[in-house]
Amino acid sequence: MSSPANRAAVLDSTSSRATRVLGWLTLAGFAVLVALAFAWVPEDTRITEQGDVVGQFDAVRLMFVHVPSAILAYTGFGLTFLASVAYLRWRTDWWDIMAHSSAEIGVVFGVLTLVTGSIWGRPTWQTWWEWGDVRLVTTLVMVLVFIGYLAVRRIPADSAVQARRSAVIALVGTANIVIVNRSVDWWENRTLHQQSTLIARKIRDETLFTLSFALAVGMVLFAWLLLHRFRTAYLERQVEELEVQEALVQRRAEASLGGDRA
Amino acid sequence: MTHVGYLIAGWGISVAAVLAYAGWVLVRGRSLSRRVPENRRRWMMPGD
Repeated sequence: MSSPANRAAVLDSTSSRATRVLGWLTLAGFAVLVALAFAWVPEDTRITEQGDVVGQFDAVRLMFVHVPSAILAYTGFGLTFLASVAYLRWRTDWWDIMAHSSAEIGVVFGVLTLVTGSIWGRPTWQTWWEWGDVRLVTTLVMVLVFIGYLAVRRIPADSAVQARRSAVIALVGTANIVIVNRSVDWWENRTLHQQSTLIARKIRDETLFTLSFALAVGMVLFAWLLLHRFRTAYLERQVEELEVQEALVQRRAEASLGGDRA
Repeated sequence: MTHVGYLIAGWGISVAAVLAYAGWVLVRGRSLSRRVPENRRRWMMPGD
């Protein structure tokens, strides 16, 4: 049983038993991931028919941060889409807060996808960025659309209007996820990215296992972040409501004082 | 090991960004919790 002091500590933050379990799982999983990625997975090398050794060598280990970042960005934006549809259907704050929280996390991982992709691209493709690559450009557009979504949410407006406007932007923005994901197949001659590596099983077993493990750790991290961000967003609304109520009380008090003087 | 600089940059930036964002969320949640009365510090259900 928790003591009153412990209970007060829990109530003074966005933590709960679920977030503590998820947090420790993330930390333990990350430690294992680092060990797998750097000590177990072999470097990427292939021998050509001419006998030359080619491949990504140790740069392949960047896959374990880049690919999970991209999947978590898709997850965040996909969840924003579902929550926005649910908001437009049921019009409750819960769904609006869920859409906002997941979009913000999606943007964090979307930016990380672009940054880690650029860092991985330099040793692999000898370029930091390629404007002619459809996967790169559509990913950039997707992230910019959701940065715009977050910016629109900061424009002062009635909460229902703001939620409805944001939900519509999310629906439009999410359509781009399909284009980003399928771009390497639809425009295969206009991208440096290879086609669906996982589906075609073009990678070694150790690499595939570690990548799957990295995705699992990423999903636990996503759940942990989402719980905390949702609760923080909920508290932001509570504080806004309290401030409005305080302002109303103050205004009424001033009005009654003015009336007494008259 | 090859490409050490790229590996440090890629992994380092990822870890630093996630830690910075998580830290910001936790600190903001903690400071907001103190401003909200205990009876309003409950997490909502989808129907709310």
